[in-house]
Amino acid sequence: MRSEKPNHAPLGLKIATAAGLAFMHLPILLIFLYAFTTEEKSYQFPPPGLTAQWFAVAWSRPDVWAALTLSLKVASIATATALVLGTLCAAAVSQTRFFGREAISLLVILPIALPGIITGIALRSAFSIAEIPFSFWTIVLGHATFCIVVVYNNAVARFRRISGSLIEASMDLGADGFQTFRYVILPNIGTALLAGGMLAFALSFDEVIVTTFTAGQQSTLPIWMLEELIRPRQRPVTNVVAMIVVIVTFLPILGAYYLTRDGDKVAGAGK
Amino acid sequence: MTTVAESFPLPERRGTAGRLSDFFWRHPHVLLAILLGPPLIWLGIVYLGSLFALLLQSFFSIDDFSGLINYEFTLATYRQLLSEANLDIIIRTVAMAALVTLASAVIVFPIAYYAARYARGKGKALFYLAVMLPLWSSYLVKVYAWKLILAKEGILTWFLAKLNLLWLLDAWLALPIVGGSSLSISYTGTFIVFVYVWMPFMILPIQAALERVPANLIEASSDLGGTPAQTFRHVIFPLALPGIVAGSIFTFSLTLGDYIIPQIIGSSRLFIGQAVYAQQGTAGNVPLAAAFTVVPIVIMGAYLWMAKRMGAFDAL
Repeated sequence: MRSEKPNHAPLGLKIATAAGLAFMHLPILLIFLYAFTTEEKSYQFPPPGLTAQWFAVAWSRPDVWAALTLSLKVASIATATALVLGTLCAAAVSQTRFFGREAISLLVILPIALPGIITGIALRSAFSIAEIPFSFWTIVLGHATFCIVVVYNNAVARFRRISGSLIEASMDLGADGFQTFRYVILPNIGTALLAGGMLAFALSFDEVIVTTFTAGQQSTLPIWMLEELIRPRQRPVTNVVAMIVVIVTFLPILGAYYLTRDGDKVAGAGK
Repeated sequence: MTTVAESFPLPERRGTAGRLSDFFWRHPHVLLAILLGPPLIWLGIVYLGSLFALLLQSFFSIDDFSGLINYEFTLATYRQLLSEANLDIIIRTVAMAALVTLASAVIVFPIAYYAARYARGKGKALFYLAVMLPLWSSYLVKVYAWKLILAKEGILTWFLAKLNLLWLLDAWLALPIVGGSSLSISYTGTFIVFVYVWMPFMILPIQAALERVPANLIEASSDLGGTPAQTFRHVIFPLALPGIVAGSIFTFSLTLGDYIIPQIIGSSRLFIGQAVYAQQGTAGNVPLAAAFTVVPIVIMGAYLWMAKRMGAFDAL
């Protein structure tokens, strides 16, 4: 623990920090402004007028709804898969010692440490070698692969904080392995898993690079947006969708933050 | 553990769950296999298998006449990879990734430093959220936002016009290499968007490294007469370096493989990611695409090895 923090940051540091944070946030805020612009044909700034009519237009677009539903479905199933696999892996790595433990953590991180395009093209060529047609499930397979690491990281961090003596106490008091898991381990890792799942959901909901390789004719919401970016057809609808995507991804991130914020207060931590 | 169980026989548990629990206790390896099996099958076989299959294809070649893959071991594809045009793509991408990483480190360092040393309590939580939200918010939305900003009729031109600085923008665009007919189709535009999108990944590793710098070292340095600049140069920076390297892994790797940003905001000259995409898609030359993917893998391998030697993984 550090003794005391200095009170006043130098002015230069304050300015550099404020400028950096402004650089990170202002472009996203701009999306909110553009969702209300009356201008249809260009990205004119300042907007000539403000209107909420594009929300109604976007609402009645079947292609937007189809893309949104597909994205939500893919993200849910990929998250569920990643939750199971990531937790199993984290339990094995943190609760036991075995040969090749280091290699496992590297293996889990690999799908996001390597550029997404490599994961994408590797899966695509594997599908074509194995003659698997592109479908909903090929998208899910790709997403689950890189979502595992998010769950794994959250779970491993929490497993490390659970004191081993708690588990031993449970066993000493006569609980079997399943009871220990149900009543001691699960309540302690629950929030970490929920947080990991939320982040995995946000990651999957937004993924585009791997998806372009593993999706056939279907488009998830990011693929829909990518097509609009390359060949803009109806800019106001894209603006509205962009704003909705920002909101949909913010909610799970905020949720994950509030769930892991009190992570230090795990029972038995610090003993 | 098994020896204890054998020398002090405990009463057997009843019921399937109880017996199963006993079985796992006596045979921890079976439990380990059950835990590790599914993720290992998924990642080790499906994912690594696909990767190896891809790498294998880089040793095949494509028949120039029929356009079909010739399944014979050859290094011809690698010779093709090292042709002048392709080397250009590789050098351009690596140079861009290096510049993006450097710029990100410079922009991000003050934020991480402030968060680590001055923010506390509620302010610290707020800082964390302020970093996490842009980090996790949608990639495409971020790129889209910059398309709005850099467009000719967009906010940047409007802002510069208000400040009477349009001549500066025109002068910059007139420069060779970094210029172009507009920001959204120049390397400058690509660079800005790359920095914007990947920069947040660097903050948390640097902040973590800075938080581990003991305050008394900094005090000692100033007690011994070090100026703030000297303290920074000889105490803070060397101790933060593993964190910077750890963060740079993300910015570097992500820039190396990206093919969407240069496609949407940039000149028509290709980056590695775009080359891979074009080779496997329209050109149908999967072996060359595979050989192209070897480049980032090798570069990242070397990068990770160097980072590990500098102790960057402890900072993650």
